[in-house]
Amino acid sequence: MRLVRCVALLLLLCLCGCQRGMDPVAFQADGRPPSLSDWHVVEVHDGKLMLNRGVVPYDLNTPLFTDYAHKLRTIWMPKGVAATYDPNDTFDFPVGTIISKTFYYPRGVKPGDVARTYDSSKDFAGEGLDMTQVRLIETRILVRRESGWAAIPYVWNDAQTDAQLARTGAVIPLTLVAGDLTREDFSYVVPDESQCSSCHAQDWVTRKIHPIGPKARHLNRDYRYADGDENELEHLMKVGYLTGAPRPADAPRNANWMDPHASLDARARAYLDINCGHCHNPKGAANTTALTLDVSAAEDRHLGLCKPPVAAGRGTGDHLFDIVPGKPDDSILAYRMASKDPGEMMPEIGRSTVHQEGVSLIKAWIATQPGECVALH
Amino acid sequence: MRKWILTVAVAAALAACGGNQPSGSADTATDDFQARLQQQLLDAKPGSVIDIPAGHYHLNRGLSLRTDGVTIRGAGMDKTVLSFKGQVVGPEGLLVNANDFTIENLALEDTKGDALKINQGRNVTIRGVRVEWTDGPQTTNGAYGLYPVKTQNVLIENSTVIGASDAGIYVGQSNNIIVRNNRAEQNVAGIEIENSVNADVYGNTATKNTGGILVFNMPNLSQAGHSTRVYKNTVIDNNTDNFAAKGAAVASVPRGSGVVINSNDKVEIFDNDVSDHKTANVIISSYFSTNYYNTRGVAADYNPYPKGIYVYDNRFKNGGDAPDGMKLKMLKTAVYGMSGKFPDVLWDGYVDGKTLVNGLPPDGDRICIQGADGVLNADGPHDYKNPTTDTKAYQCTLPKLPAVVLDPAPKA
Repeated sequence: MRLVRCVALLLLLCLCGCQRGMDPVAFQADGRPPSLSDWHVVEVHDGKLMLNRGVVPYDLNTPLFTDYAHKLRTIWMPKGVAATYDPNDTFDFPVGTIISKTFYYPRGVKPGDVARTYDSSKDFAGEGLDMTQVRLIETRILVRRESGWAAIPYVWNDAQTDAQLARTGAVIPLTLVAGDLTREDFSYVVPDESQCSSCHAQDWVTRKIHPIGPKARHLNRDYRYADGDENELEHLMKVGYLTGAPRPADAPRNANWMDPHASLDARARAYLDINCGHCHNPKGAANTTALTLDVSAAEDRHLGLCKPPVAAGRGTGDHLFDIVPGKPDDSILAYRMASKDPGEMMPEIGRSTVHQEGVSLIKAWIATQPGECVALH
Repeated sequence: MRKWILTVAVAAALAACGGNQPSGSADTATDDFQARLQQQLLDAKPGSVIDIPAGHYHLNRGLSLRTDGVTIRGAGMDKTVLSFKGQVVGPEGLLVNANDFTIENLALEDTKGDALKINQGRNVTIRGVRVEWTDGPQTTNGAYGLYPVKTQNVLIENSTVIGASDAGIYVGQSNNIIVRNNRAEQNVAGIEIENSVNADVYGNTATKNTGGILVFNMPNLSQAGHSTRVYKNTVIDNNTDNFAAKGAAVASVPRGSGVVINSNDKVEIFDNDVSDHKTANVIISSYFSTNYYNTRGVAADYNPYPKGIYVYDNRFKNGGDAPDGMKLKMLKTAVYGMSGKFPDVLWDGYVDGKTLVNGLPPDGDRICIQGADGVLNADGPHDYKNPTTDTKAYQCTLPKLPAVVLDPAPKA
């Protein structure tokens, strides 16, 4: 009976002119709604994962690696408020902001198979994801409430119709199939709610969580919006979600780690920044290690050059220093990136496979570092 | 009341996971337990007590807690066992980022990485916890057993750690610490106090590790450690081959080390029973001896010299007869002959040359040793060329350190 009433109400609302058959985005001031669709941010309709009205997609110059998953990131704000630009840190977002990140893969041939590819051109159809082409895994919501940011994980159901609250995360067996048909079985791990803080609490004293991606240096790039290409910072200013941003040319910009025109150094630093900097920063979880990998780190021992490890344990892989200039195969940094043993790999969570192309990039970068580490006695 | 409810909740969950599930395998049962425990950790509020009844539970994901004032309590270190064998997500068994945390009376087994890591927190009590890697010493074991780092006011007592591939009990970059009445066995380092200030380590037994009790200072970290007292411990027969991965801080510890001080200051070693260490019952050394020291990778303000070390009134027995590594073997033979042995105390001989007055460090920085059968200055700075056995330089006393007082006192 209640369901019938809800459906009737929904129909009525839609008749009143809601976008794409969706209710307006629903900011949830507290609690954890049981379904992703309760937020009305992204929803599956007519064979597509659609973005609701006012939900703006974005990408990062260089993203975090998550087992080759593709990611659809969105941001939404209530009317009349905007984020304040910051050149270095996460923008100061107003209460009511909802950020979503949907992890998905292009489908493989067999059920359980997913494609290992960087090509996302077939994922999109119109303004959403074409469900015949992709398998949705999880959607994470970051919501800015009066009390601060909250992270709420949802896992997509088998029917791919909606995602359900999954506070304790999930382990999903998948097989990555590469272009040459090589197969790799792995466990895709959806972090539990507490583990969200492992990355999003970038200060382990305050323990407050923040979005990581929406910083000037990550968003200063073009995006293919429905109505054409535009710089993301300019677009956010234009739609009223951001105030105070300078012209893109005057804002910081991380390199795209795959951009052949960018310098090796810029690509490697961008990669380390987004993949490691959330813990390896002066206030983060890994500030116990004296290894700093965000963009602020000076190119010396702070970045690991000739630095002895502190508590790497067996993560050293029998190597003496975090980075041995010119010697990627003697460097702990590259060793830990190339491992998928939970006892030694880096990052510690968020992947179950090795990012081969990322490891290659960092190894190439280490190979170009000059000098050596000379032991003193 | 709350405690009772939680106990009942877990018990109910366990009952539901019991034998009467028609198609439930043992794995399904423990999956339910894992999800329930994760949920309890997420829902915990200050004051919550999470009781875990007796049982052997299998978990495949690391747990984490980020709420202040939580107690996790088992039915006993041999009764409530959380086994992480085959763990797919880690690296820790339990990661805590919270204040006023207590964990007691349970066991954590076979974690891929550290068993219990407490990163950043005040007022931490670890009591009656057993950590064990059940296949014995292996390089592939997790690094640390009980690992508070950047913590203040820490008590670790009546706990047991077996098999850590780095340090069994490892307190790093912390202040105000008591480590007492624990047992550390078959780890590379039994107990290690690193870059920490004000630590009392007493009443512990460290045996069959590579090194028994270590007090270290590493470079580049948030604070330099000083003021540690190691007393009334039984440190015996720590002669297990070093099975740490190369590059780990403890990989440089020779097999057969009793108490090792490296680059730390104001360390007092007294009233211990220390015996049967094939390299030496006490080693005093500098970061220079680790092979990791290089100007590029080490902060310029790092002090690599052990200063203000006071060893007295210990009961030493045996040892020094079969030191680890070719260099130390040759040194022993050169100074004491084939059938001779190192004395109780081995010092690598690095001194802060710029502070010397008439060939001796300032009073408070000296190495003072009483009650040992000898001290060998190995002359590390000159590759062991001119070792000396004269003990006159160590005949001195140092002001005794005050006892550590935990404030607030831990709850019983």
